Amino acid sequence: MTKGGKLVSMREAIATYVSDSCSVAVEGFTGFICFAAGHEIIRQRRRDLTLIRMTPDLVYDQMIAAGTAKKLIFSYTGNPGVGSLYCIRRAVEKAIPLPLELEEYSHYGLVGRYAAGASGLPFFPLRSYIGSDMLKVNPLIKVIDEPYGTGKIAVVPPLNPDVAILHAQRADRQGNTQLWGLLGMQKEVAFASKHVIVAVEEVVEESVIRADPNRTLIPGLIVNAVVHEPYGAHPSYVQGYYDRDNESYLTWDKLSQDHAAVLAWLDEWVYGVENHAAYVRKIGQARLDKLKPEPLLAPSVDYGRYR
Amino acid sequence: MSEPGYTASEMMIVVAARVLKGARTVFVGVGLPNIACNLARHTVAPDMELIYESGVYGARPERLPLSIGDPTLVSGATSVVSMADLFGLYLQRGLVEIGLLGGAQVDRYGNLNSTVIGDYAKPKTRLPGSGGACEIATNARRTFMIMRLKRRAFVEKLDFVTSPGHLTGGDSRARLGLPGGGPELMITDKAILNFDNPEREMQLSALYLGVVVNDVQAEIGWPLKLAKRIEEVTAPSVEELRLIREELDPNGMYR
Repeated sequence: MTKGGKLVSMREAIATYVSDSCSVAVEGFTGFICFAAGHEIIRQRRRDLTLIRMTPDLVYDQMIAAGTAKKLIFSYTGNPGVGSLYCIRRAVEKAIPLPLELEEYSHYGLVGRYAAGASGLPFFPLRSYIGSDMLKVNPLIKVIDEPYGTGKIAVVPPLNPDVAILHAQRADRQGNTQLWGLLGMQKEVAFASKHVIVAVEEVVEESVIRADPNRTLIPGLIVNAVVHEPYGAHPSYVQGYYDRDNESYLTWDKLSQDHAAVLAWLDEWVYGVENHAAYVRKIGQARLDKLKPEPLLAPSVDYGRYR
Repeated sequence: MSEPGYTASEMMIVVAARVLKGARTVFVGVGLPNIACNLARHTVAPDMELIYESGVYGARPERLPLSIGDPTLVSGATSVVSMADLFGLYLQRGLVEIGLLGGAQVDRYGNLNSTVIGDYAKPKTRLPGSGGACEIATNARRTFMIMRLKRRAFVEKLDFVTSPGHLTGGDSRARLGLPGGGPELMITDKAILNFDNPEREMQLSALYLGVVVNDVQAEIGWPLKLAKRIEEVTAPSVEELRLIREELDPNGMYR
């Protein structure tokens, strides 16, 4: 390993690990959504991707409007707290710009698919789906006899995405990644995926990671690339670093109702900027400063030194 | 009749809070359920722990959350866990006493549709889908629903069953082995309905001030059963309205 470890640019990470027709999970529940990666995939004009995300959010609405995807695996497709994702609806309802195949779960079902994929199990059992029509439209969800009882239980198969792309507060150059706030499904999707790209607000020394090992969610062992990408989750949020830029979510709700307006937005904010750093400059520091929360520090803990 | 001095939404929030009296653990959705739960915590259920599907147990939000994944739910919470743990250890384990749900459509047995209007393969309107709703409906010990009364929402037949209620009525839910008890209450902007009959069919149980039975029936797509006794719900108190307007929703987003 070189001195720089796994540190690369987002352009290089996407060029290396995301190819046409592969399956990609840009994950993170409401926060930690790596828009920087989504935009770079659009800029590199990937096609026929299978996009996987529990909550597709604006990032997949944009990627689907840009024509990168042929299929979406998901569990809730809404603009969180705002309303619809109109680009996804246009693809599903009117095949604009392309038809979109859907594979649909509930939250726990998709979490279970990641968990089975992450731990090498053939399926994940859960108490859900019985009595729901989701069983009729997704043949991958099955109901089996309980092996140790008399009842029935729903099961879902493992899911192993080709690439997981996750955003977090910090990592070292080897990809040992620490995240605090909503833990979502990031650990499961990272361990489930064939390749992992981690984007972080800060790249830190290994000693920072080792000082607080309980906070390490993803070990460098399974990480292929580390990207230093400040504000890489904008307009979603990173706990303690910046708040959700809700104006962007409200603006998207309006402009995304018109496909032409979406294409113009992509021209200006994705194709028209060279990388995420340029996007951040275009947003402007004044606006980003307003998203900075007041500090609320956790007191440090004593791990003890045993020797 | 004179203006009542509060809105239908405020009445809905107040009623939803009152029925949470004494509740210990509530699985909260964003919007009206969120304000209702916070109002209940300030009034009838001071020991209530708010649980969010994003992985938060015991949230103490300092602002009205923008979504169920708002960072204000994390800061100051009792515990933040992975979604696998939230759904497995808290919900499926049976630790959630009340789940609050809504949807685009509901039928007489409290089954909910939040997936599509029209045919699944060629939908007229593609809705968000389940999220955690199917699991909440399956596993919460009790389910309360909050929806505005509208004829296009209270339908004879759902376009899609996303989340199971009392299925085809009677003991059909128990026969399929669903762990949670299923729907108990439907709170609307005009009336409260419950399922307290052997058929487990929605029935009118209480009317808000100024509402008559026909107002409710007019918005429901099947012949509505009436409970033996129809209660009248008292108007919001000065304190309930003050908490909503000054503390929980000062910008009037849900008025």
